[in-house]
Amino acid sequence: MKRTDGSAGSAPPLPSQEPIRLVDPGGNRVGEGLHPTPEPGTLLALLRAMIIGRRFDRQAGALARQGRLAVYPSSHGQEACQVGGVLALADDDWLFPTYRDCVALVTRGVDPVEVLTLLRGDWHSGYDPESHRCAPQCTPLATNASHAVGLTYAARRKGRDTAALVLMGDGATSEGDAHEAYNFAAVWNTPVVFLIQNNRWAISVPLEKQSAAPTLAHKAIGYGMRGYNVDGNDAAAVHSVVSQALAEARAGGGPAIVEAQTYRLDPHTNSDDPQRYRDDAEVEFWRARDPITRLEALLRGEGRLDDAELERVGAEAERLAADVRERLDGADGLDPEDLFSHVYATAPAMLRRQRQELLDEMRRG
Amino acid sequence: MAEISLARALNRALSDALADDPDVLVYGEDVGALGGVFRVTDGLAAAFGEDRCFDSPLAEAAIVGTAVGMAMYGQRPVVEMQFDAFALPAFEQVVSHVAKMRNRTRGRVELPLVIRVPYGGGIGAVEHHSDSSEAYFTHTPGLRVVTPATPADGYSMLREAIECPDPVVFLEPKRRYWATAELDLPARTEPMDRAVVRRAGGDVTLIAYGPMVATALEAAEAGRREGRDIEVVDLRSLAPFDEETVVSSVRRTGRAVVVHEASTFGGYGAEVAARVTERCFHYLEAPVLRVGGLDIPYPPPKLEEYHLPGVDRILDAVDRLQWESEWVEGSADGRSTRQHTGVGA
Repeated sequence: MKRTDGSAGSAPPLPSQEPIRLVDPGGNRVGEGLHPTPEPGTLLALLRAMIIGRRFDRQAGALARQGRLAVYPSSHGQEACQVGGVLALADDDWLFPTYRDCVALVTRGVDPVEVLTLLRGDWHSGYDPESHRCAPQCTPLATNASHAVGLTYAARRKGRDTAALVLMGDGATSEGDAHEAYNFAAVWNTPVVFLIQNNRWAISVPLEKQSAAPTLAHKAIGYGMRGYNVDGNDAAAVHSVVSQALAEARAGGGPAIVEAQTYRLDPHTNSDDPQRYRDDAEVEFWRARDPITRLEALLRGEGRLDDAELERVGAEAERLAADVRERLDGADGLDPEDLFSHVYATAPAMLRRQRQELLDEMRRG
Repeated sequence: MAEISLARALNRALSDALADDPDVLVYGEDVGALGGVFRVTDGLAAAFGEDRCFDSPLAEAAIVGTAVGMAMYGQRPVVEMQFDAFALPAFEQVVSHVAKMRNRTRGRVELPLVIRVPYGGGIGAVEHHSDSSEAYFTHTPGLRVVTPATPADGYSMLREAIECPDPVVFLEPKRRYWATAELDLPARTEPMDRAVVRRAGGDVTLIAYGPMVATALEAAEAGRREGRDIEVVDLRSLAPFDEETVVSSVRRTGRAVVVHEASTFGGYGAEVAARVTERCFHYLEAPVLRVGGLDIPYPPPKLEEYHLPGVDRILDAVDRLQWESEWVEGSADGRSTRQHTGVGA
């Protein structure tokens, strides 16, 4: 790819304008092509994780409305992206989620109560990033994308083939940090897959005001990366394409952008009012393309899923929701002294003094 | 003993750190074959290979952002921002991630990384090459912000910064890169977070750091000829601030002037002046004064001498510290008639 004479190097092919789809909205298998449909066991795992993820998401939304969470950014409608992406990761791989990716974290195995710590407001990141290989949820858009590039670079130095999945939204692709991360990843050839959940809306700003690119996956081409345009409500397609992109990246094929076409069915958060900027008709259009009913129809149609299995998964989801309701209530032993404990490895004199002053202030009441 | 410049001492610190710890990496813009625009990384790529010292693409936010990821995976990256003003694109990474990672993860993820920033003026550079951005960084809890003033400290503090479990913004006074000292390396000086008294004196304390330490020492020497016994404290660490060393000096002398290149308004000197006043009020013979750059955007090089504090401006401030002898002699405001090139701070 070294080009010193101004001539074009070998470029990856353009992403398809039509999203890669393996299961159509009616639950029928379509076009295998270059991307194999996952095995039935994997399809069942995808469905199960989406059902549990959706129940978790609904529960968290309810908790936010009850005031038990400060805020909740819903994943409703985007389960196929988050579940399909996360289940494509190997155990040692790292996930770099945003604030809208709680379902991804639950799918990764993070304790759902720890996932909600940020949104409950008692600490910024409630889970241990190292033990789950999940970076803290990132709020400033696209700023964690370069972290994934650095982390995988470091992993390669240590002789490991650790890859990373960065989750980002359509709006985030406009940020300079996204550009810089794409470029560094491509130049350093680090195994990172940037999964863009294009849910059409950046709070109230629609995609057409966000980007003039033919697809967001096309952005990959300018960096010398592979770009894939995939149906983001088709968990089989997301899983297949992300798995393939991760495998290629791990084998030295370089990073990739996977754009998943999906839709944010809920408001941006519980404090948003989508009536001000979008039509119900559009929401209904996408509601009819639900990622769960699609995969359920396929598996039922092929005799791999029955009512009993669905009931089992539903019961599991209910147990998780009940567990979240119960444990989220318990005070988590918040200690104001903790405010000073983790600013530096060792608290400097100034912070030790402030800690004492706060303790005195608390004693005086 | 050999004559060693600050730039050379920093280079040796990087070289020794690379040799001692395989997890140390040095990267940034032009730090490889060129050795950095100030040659601080000279020869490192050749000695340690592209794997340990390398040129990155040109984007400061991603240089710092990738360093975050590397540190998360156990590396100790030392990244270079080519010039102070060019560090600004990385500011969000520094504030939102570098400074906060340990705290937001309750101490589970630490980021032992160093961000080297050549800063300050006095080298006749065109715009965007002479800024003093320390107050932006010191206002951010979670960062250590240090600045050496001597070659020995350059070596010792950079080694310590690289060994430190906290992220360190390492500000290098570019006008002092070529100043030399007789020195044997490796050398370890006082701990990085301690201020030191560079020159003892009984009448007044000049509190300076980085590029202004040498200027403060010159002022102290010139002041001696005028009968002032001036103490000079080199802060070394701006955050955390070594309040005890400063307070103990000012309580002895009863007078204090804070000196820095950065614009005075809202500058780091305001914090020092406030803290010294809070802790030393009953010991003070005069208000704590600040001598800094003018409150203007950094001027073009042919005018920078009017902006930067020099010996005269420092001594003028010292003269204004309400010396009893001068109350008798005349001018109501205690201002001297010393000729100087700039305006009083």
